[in-house]
Order: sequence, then structure tokens, then C-alpha cells
Amino acid sequence: MDRDCTTELAAQARDASARGAPLRIVGGDTKDFLGRPVEGAPLVVASHRGVLRHDPAELVITARAGTPLAEIEACLAAHGQRLAFEPPHFGPGATLGGIVACGLAGPARAWSGPLRDYVLGARVLAGDGRVLRFGGEVMKNVAGYDVSRLLAGSFGVLGVLLDVSLKVLPAPPGVRTLALDLDEARALEHLAELGRGALPLSAGSWVDGRVYLRFDGSEATLDAIERRVGGEVVAGSNAFWTSLREQTHPFFSGEQALWRCTVPPQAPPLPLGEATLIEWNGLQRWYRGEPDAPVFETAAAAGGHATLFRHAPAGAEVFAPLAAPLMRLHRELKRVFDPAGVLNPGRMYAEL
Amino acid sequence: MTPDPDLIRELRALLGDESVLLSAEACAPFECDALTAHRRRPEVVVLPRSAEHVMEVLRACRRHRTPVVARGAGTGLSGGALPVEGGVLLVLSRLDRILEVDPARRLARVQPGVTNLEISNAAAPHGLYYAPDPSSQVACTIGGNVAENSGGVHCLKHGLTVHNLLELRVATIEGEWITLGASTGEAPGLPLIALLTGSEGMLGVVVEVTVRLKPVPERVELLMAAFDDVRRCADAVGKVIASGIVPAGLEMMDAPAIRAAEAFARCGYPLDAEALLLCELDGLAHDVESELRAAEALLRACGAVSLRVATDAAERQRMWSGRKSAFPAIGRLAPDYFCMDGTIPRRNLADVLEGIAALSRAAGLPVANVFHAGDGNLHPLILFDAGRPGEVERAEQLGAEILELCVAAGGTVTGEHGVGVEKLGPMCSQFGADELEAFHALKRAFDPENLLNPGKAIPTLARCADYGAMRVHGGKLPFAHLPRF
Repeated sequence: MDRDCTTELAAQARDASARGAPLRIVGGDTKDFLGRPVEGAPLVVASHRGVLRHDPAELVITARAGTPLAEIEACLAAHGQRLAFEPPHFGPGATLGGIVACGLAGPARAWSGPLRDYVLGARVLAGDGRVLRFGGEVMKNVAGYDVSRLLAGSFGVLGVLLDVSLKVLPAPPGVRTLALDLDEARALEHLAELGRGALPLSAGSWVDGRVYLRFDGSEATLDAIERRVGGEVVAGSNAFWTSLREQTHPFFSGEQALWRCTVPPQAPPLPLGEATLIEWNGLQRWYRGEPDAPVFETAAAAGGHATLFRHAPAGAEVFAPLAAPLMRLHRELKRVFDPAGVLNPGRMYAEL
Repeated sequence: MTPDPDLIRELRALLGDESVLLSAEACAPFECDALTAHRRRPEVVVLPRSAEHVMEVLRACRRHRTPVVARGAGTGLSGGALPVEGGVLLVLSRLDRILEVDPARRLARVQPGVTNLEISNAAAPHGLYYAPDPSSQVACTIGGNVAENSGGVHCLKHGLTVHNLLELRVATIEGEWITLGASTGEAPGLPLIALLTGSEGMLGVVVEVTVRLKPVPERVELLMAAFDDVRRCADAVGKVIASGIVPAGLEMMDAPAIRAAEAFARCGYPLDAEALLLCELDGLAHDVESELRAAEALLRACGAVSLRVATDAAERQRMWSGRKSAFPAIGRLAPDYFCMDGTIPRRNLADVLEGIAALSRAAGLPVANVFHAGDGNLHPLILFDAGRPGEVERAEQLGAEILELCVAAGGTVTGEHGVGVEKLGPMCSQFGADELEAFHALKRAFDPENLLNPGKAIPTLARCADYGAMRVHGGKLPFAHLPRF
């Protein structure tokens, strides 16, 4: 049931700030595994829900943060549109606010850009109960500092998302997935080579000794690409890409630590873990292995960074460390929006 | 008020006498950016050649509690680089080296004084280009583009500056280096790169920019559609986009703009049209061909009275030349003009254009419209004669009313030109006191002593109270939510 819960949520935030009592922001409770654990009373945003505006000619959707992602995607699909960055759900309850706060993108990321590229505006609840509106519902907007994009991937440490406006795009006329058998090093070279051209490569992954390439376009374009690239056409490939996006692929099963590294796509195979899965044409690489492996250092040495994505042991740092001046700015920014420090304290970093 | 003589001595020792300008004649060219209505001659202009010197200038200014205004090529349209009293003007045009073009990773790493077009030129041998193309791209610098989050005619498909940046190296006024973003496009922590972009030099000074490059499209087509009615043309814009086509550019001009551009550029625009749409499509050949056919059929169904597809690159350039020279062309119609920059949801295009026409009639000042219709980013040009008593004020008043109309239509007071000093008043109609206070607090997080480009981009609450008081309509205060001082 669509409902505006701004008043209740603001009252809870005000009260928590007055008491200095931490809050743990919860949407659909599907991404609790990600980030450091938060001790605090739950601030439940899920009932603050409903699509507020979607006019297909605007290429914009505005909805309350608790709106289920599935509802948003259905609303867009009815008009041949979609969220181009293919956000992972990680469970049926995933909400709009949750995906924006976590800033995650699916297989299309290397082609579509990150989630924050699609954020146009947001209404946000500050830690002390202020309700602030930044950005808007238009494509071009440079009035004031771009706080709405700052909230993309902020894990709730600055504010509670109330409403979000996202840019949406038409779904492509067609997609085709081609697969080739290659080892990791050859696969990375092949992905890099394809990445240099102008082909509409909307996803490129490697797992179990096979490269999977997804192209977007008209049938004529896809036929031409198939002749040029070769490989085997993967029938029903949506299920494969969904299994990567949702981490239901067998690679992701089990309780071993799951590391996510983003490195330059040209970086050679990293000496990490017992198993590797590559996405985003080589930019995102997943490793299974020991949680205390020197992955932050290895990823940094390769020109990127790492996140301990799942199965982090208690007390472990999850996100790559920040340089001291940058961390100081993070703390100052938190004070601007959450002066009492009650919103998701410690979710990103212990000192934030 | 001139800056501290000790500071000037330190700057000269650091940069050498020839890089510290003090005389009135030497400083005069820096008195304004492209918003020439606002001028203030700086007392000190420094022209460092390295990032390290930029940092030393900032540290010296901080020691002496002296404001610093960063400036690129001075092509900004909102007075963002207007010098401030008693401050140092930090000109970054000598940091003009392209440090790296990496075709494999599709990126370029450049200093802030490199011009927008130089990046594309350096990338061209690799079949790549830098997508954002503000109309000043021959002259404007990438540092300025970052400060203003500049746009251009291809934003709907290819994004603004913020969508095409990977990493920024920034000198803070606290004297520290920070790196925002990453060359991979994925960095840990909050996405501060998005916050810095468009912050108008108020949060830090960018000394190195890594941009994303894109492959030059295989095929480009340009379609020109003429309409005998503005509303039909405006409605066609939404229909093209709702049909699933994302044009690389979708530009609209009204009758006064069409006539001025044709007289200026002789580009073959139909002089009897009431509105003109230029629709550029780019991508792979097969896709562009099918989109072109679909767009032609759709525009015809929307009531286009004539349609023309450029037959080759030369004709495409000719058809674009009228649009690209529209500002100077319209500038010939009157001694002076103001260019507005509001953005609105596309569904309100026709209504807002009618609203602007009504405001124009009431003010007795002509307005020509040439704009990025695909983004809903309007550029109404208000024509006036500053030589006639009271006309500047009437033009400014009309501009403010047009921007208020944009905000009321669900839009914003500036789509791509920035707030600078020009739109401090209209910012008060878009934001409430809580947002403005948050903006000021956010600036303090980066610049506790308010030394970086002070007084720009974000109005004080006192100013908004004054602005509101000036604009009381029928006894109703438009900014009742702001505390008065």
C-alpha cells in the first residue's frame, strides 16, 4: 500500500538524535550482509512507498525510497524502459532506497556507468529530522552542490533517502549473448580488445573457462556482430546474466569470504583466491578465499581497490581504507547531515 | 582593499615576478568572464605553471586569510570567475599539458588548463573523443568544465561533464592533496567526485582531470524538421523520446531564432517556419538507419511541414552552423542580451514557452528561444538596450520571472551555466532555508574560513530575504519560509 511516512520517520530521527541513540536504516533487509554491522534500533523505510511520477517521455521515474525495486522495474517495463545499470536485488524485498544507498550495479555497468550517473534528485531525511530536497527531475541541473549524487553509495551514513528520481532509458531492441572457451588471461585480452572497439558490448564476463559477451542492438546489428565476433549463441541467456547479478550462480554459493575487486580491465589475472569470476569486461573481479588474505593491498597494487563483499568475519574492515585527508572530509560531511552521528554509524567505516 | 604586501612578496618569490600580475593594465583582462555585465578588476592575478605551485598559492593565501578565485579560460556564463574584493585571482590556463591518452583504457589524463576540444583532438588518432561539447569548446578549459559541470548539445545521450569524469586530483584550501574517484571509475568511500563537479571552485582547486573517452560513432545522421506551430514542435520532442529513440542531440529554435540564425549563417533554414527541430542520431550504421526511419515517420505524424536529412558531413555541418551561431546571430538583433538557462520537465515545454512569450509581451522586451529540447534545457535570450534607462533592470526582472516559471514547472534555475553571481537571487526560489544552510555547512567542511571563491553559487539567507522582499506580489511574500534579518 502506497504511503507517505515522512512525518513518522522524521520524528524517529529527531528523537534518536536527541537521545544520541544510533539507528540502523532498513529497507527490504536484503543487503544487510554488505558493509560493517550496525548496532542500533531499526529505522524501517519499507512502508514509505509508492511510485510518485513516471512519464515515459521524460525518461525519469520518481518514487518513495521504500518502493520495491520489482515494482519500479515492472512500471518501467510496461513502457519498454528500464534501469540501465541493472541493479542487483539480492532478494524479493529490495527497495529503491536500498539500491541507491548501496550504489550497486549489475552486468551492464561497464557500458552503462555507475548507479550515481542515473540519480537526478532526492528528498532526504537528515539525522536530526530535517527534510531536505536536492537535485530534481530534469536531466540538467547545476543549481547548488550535487548532494543527490553524493548519496549514491553512501550506505545511509549521511541521511535517509525518502524519495529518489532516477533517469531511465529505453530497453534495447534486442540482445544476444555469445560464448567462447578461453582461459582467464586470454579472456581478459579478448575482453580488452573488444572494449577498444565501438561494438555495443553491454556485458562481458568470464567464469568456468568461458567468456560470455552480451550485445545490445537491432537484429541486423546483432547478426553483423555475431558474424564478426564468432562464438556460440547462448540461448535463454537472461537466466545466466540474472544469476551473476543476483549472485545465485554456483560460484557465489558457500560460506567462503567473497571479495570484490575493481581494477583496470587490462590488469593481468590477480594472484588471489581459489576461484575467480570476472565481470564488467575485466573491471570487476570476484574472488573466493580466506578473509585475511592481503586483498586490499593486491587490488591497490593492481591500480584498483577491493571490498570484502560477503562473509566478513566479525570486526573486519569491509571497504578499502581511505587516505587521512579524505577520511577527515568524510567525517566533516557526516556532521553536516547527521550532527549527532546516529545514522548507520560504522556501516562504511568504524569512524564514520 | 589590496591584499597583504607580505602575501604578494611570497607569491612573487614562489612564482617569479612575471607570473604575478599587479598593474591595472595587466589585471584588466581578468575583470570578468563571459558574463560581462559583472566586472571587477582583480588586484592580484597569479599564473602558476605546476600543480605544486597551485598548492603553494593556496597555502600562502590561507596563511594570509586571503580569498582565492580560480579561473580557467574565462568563458563561464554566470560570473563564477568574477574576482572578489581583496582576493587573489588564480588563473590555471598555464597548466595546459595533456599528461596521458590511453586508448586501451579509453581515458585521458590532463591538466585543468587544457581546452575541451584539445582533448578530443588528442584522442582523435585513436578513433576516440571526449563527449561533452559546450558551445565554447574551442576555448573553455576542462578545469572550468569540471567547476561548472558543463553540458552541451549531446548530453541526453552522452551525459554531462560529471558522467564523463573518472578521477580528479584536488588541492584543498587546507593545504592537502585529495584524489577523488579513480581511473577505473570505481573508488571506495562517498562519491565526492560528483560533489566537486559543478561546485564552482568553492570546495577545492582541481589540478588534474582524468576523463572517459568514447569511440567516435560509426554513423551520424542529422534530421531537420520544420513546424508551423511551436506547440506541435514542442510536443514532438516528447513523442520522439517516448518512442524509445535517444537522440544524440535534439535542439529546438523558435521563429525569431530561426530568422536570426539564417540571416547570420545562411544555413538553409526555412524562414516561414514557426519552430525548427534538429535531431541528431549516432551509433552503429544499422541502428542509426532504423532510428532515422522511425524518427522521420514520427515527426511527420506530429505535423512537421518539412523534413530534411543532411546528405553528407558538409551539409550536416551547415545545418548545425545556424544552431551553433544562434547566440551571436540573435545578439545582432539588439545591443544587449541576457541568456537564461532554466531546465524544465519536457512535458511542460509548450506551456513554458507560451508563458515566456506572455512574460516577454508584458515586459515589452523580445525573447528568442534556442535550446536543448531533448534535455528540457531552455536558453531564452532576452534582448534589450542597456543604453535605455531602466532597461537592464527590466531585463533582469524578466529573467528572474522566467526562471521562477521554470521552477514552478518542476525545473531548475540553471541547467548548465552555473549560478555564479548571476543567479544568486533565483536560487532563493528553488531552495529553502534548510537546503541553503546545508550547502553553507557543506562548504565549511571543505573551506572552514570561506576563502575559496566566497560569495558565489549559494545565496546567504539574508540575501534571499531581501530578494523575497523585492518580489512581493499582491501582498504575498514568495519566500515566507526564510527567516528575515
